[in-house]
Amino acid sequence: MTSSPRFTPVSDHAVLAELGDSIDADLHTEVLRLDGALAADPVPGMIEAVPAYANLLVTFDPLATDHGAVAEALAALLDRPAAPAGQATAREVEVCYDADLAPDLGDVARQTGLSEEEVIAAHLAGDYRVYLYGFAPGYAYMAGVPAPIRLPRKAAAKRDVPAGSVIIAGPQCLVTTITMPTGWWIIGRSPTRILTGDEERPFLFDVGDPVRFRRISRDRFEART
Amino acid sequence: MSRAVLRVMQAGPHCSVQDAGRPGHMRFGVPGSGPMDGFGFAVAHAALGNPFGGAALEVSMGGLVLECVEGAVSFAVAGGGFRVALDGTPLGPWCVATLAAGQTLSLRPGTWGSWCSIAFAGRLDARRWLGSAATHALSGFGGGALTSGQRLEVEEAERREARHATLEPPTWVRPTDRVPVVLGPQERFFAPETLAAFRSESFRLSDAYDRMGVRLSGPALPVAAKLDMPSEPVVKGAVQVSGDGVATVLLADHGTTGGYPKIGAVPRFALDAFCQMRSGDAFRFEVLSPEAALAGARRAAQAADGYLAAAGQAAGSLEQRLARMNLIGGVTAGEED
Repeated sequence: MTSSPRFTPVSDHAVLAELGDSIDADLHTEVLRLDGALAADPVPGMIEAVPAYANLLVTFDPLATDHGAVAEALAALLDRPAAPAGQATAREVEVCYDADLAPDLGDVARQTGLSEEEVIAAHLAGDYRVYLYGFAPGYAYMAGVPAPIRLPRKAAAKRDVPAGSVIIAGPQCLVTTITMPTGWWIIGRSPTRILTGDEERPFLFDVGDPVRFRRISRDRFEART
Repeated sequence: MSRAVLRVMQAGPHCSVQDAGRPGHMRFGVPGSGPMDGFGFAVAHAALGNPFGGAALEVSMGGLVLECVEGAVSFAVAGGGFRVALDGTPLGPWCVATLAAGQTLSLRPGTWGSWCSIAFAGRLDARRWLGSAATHALSGFGGGALTSGQRLEVEEAERREARHATLEPPTWVRPTDRVPVVLGPQERFFAPETLAAFRSESFRLSDAYDRMGVRLSGPALPVAAKLDMPSEPVVKGAVQVSGDGVATVLLADHGTTGGYPKIGAVPRFALDAFCQMRSGDAFRFEVLSPEAALAGARRAAQAADGYLAAAGQAAGSLEQRLARMNLIGGVTAGEED
């Protein structure tokens, strides 16, 4: 990217604040810092802020403000002395790796030259962070898959993959929340609900939260589902 | 309190419960959902004298047939030019009438339009998620898709005969062959000749059209730069171009992020009319500056407010109707008993 940050008008009701164009923990921390500043001090007329890897979208009411005013307010927030990013809370996600819940574990092992237990150990060893939600409700994209088990997505998507599937592709991992096709590798199933059903806190993670996976037995998995 | 019970006799695909939508949760992967034609939805509630935004039914080109099995309730239909019939008697496409036990209301696609809303004089019972009954098609969260045989209940159902009316849709709700678009935010991924083709050539809506979006057919829009952009948030109306050069306009139930470049976005004020196009309809994009799009949004809001205020006046008793006609005609009867 030639110059950062950049504030790009989008449609008749949004501005995209682009802080860079890569997937990078430091850049993401900058995005979260801007997100935290906006939460503390919302731009007048703003409807919502949507943080992603390297940028943040602000939607606004076109009857209340305009692209230029929103861009100016965002620039002013970025120019302030760096405030700490919003508080992140460590989260734990349980996962059962039993073969019938992990249909791609064998293929991941074969393609990486590891044993299935080594793939599981590598997955459990990763330090993950929620970078953004996308695609569907509760789909939290976590980066942090260790290098030895990073694989490009599969050539063909598998249909009707059940909710709770723990799937990986490249450095990314996520826990699905609805039955959907996916081209990512399915290496386990989690009983941890990302869509909590709790009206006060409907989603388990905030963007930026660090996440660890914890292995559980089949008995515990059955008891929790 | 009185209750009306309806039975869905037939529901086409993509018919669902919708309310004003659930903005504010895009950061958790949740799009706004809500009606494909937000103005038609607003008119249906206004014409009944309802407060804005309650749960209603959205009808697709697949059509919907409802039977009232208990009680009676007034309803309003608006959006598109559907064929609406009560016990086989045609009503106007935008209308207010009353459905009573034993009667059947049918909605079928008419001469134009893809979506309409039915609102009721009462509270439609619907499952809510994150404070909204709007159905998110992919997950089924919210009020849900309508299915044949389903029972619907309207609490505090009222007959509002004074509201019975036929409404004339304003001209601007009709789609035209010009669709406004604001370029960006990734027009830099496209060569100048591709941008020129985007601006000048004709596109059509394909039949890959649902509440998530509509794929377009038209000139190929090859992505010139390497496709390595990290996924980023997208807005409703975004024109996203996939790796094979095919454009999709993202609609009410869109995914909240996308890793393909967005060549532009159809501004929100133009999306109601855009959604009323049908598969096969042809159009050209008309590029607007962000400032012009914003001015368009403000003009559209003003026009919509004016229409909604007029639609919200009860037609009233015969005397009231005559009095208003006299006022409109500038004629005063000037005679008192």
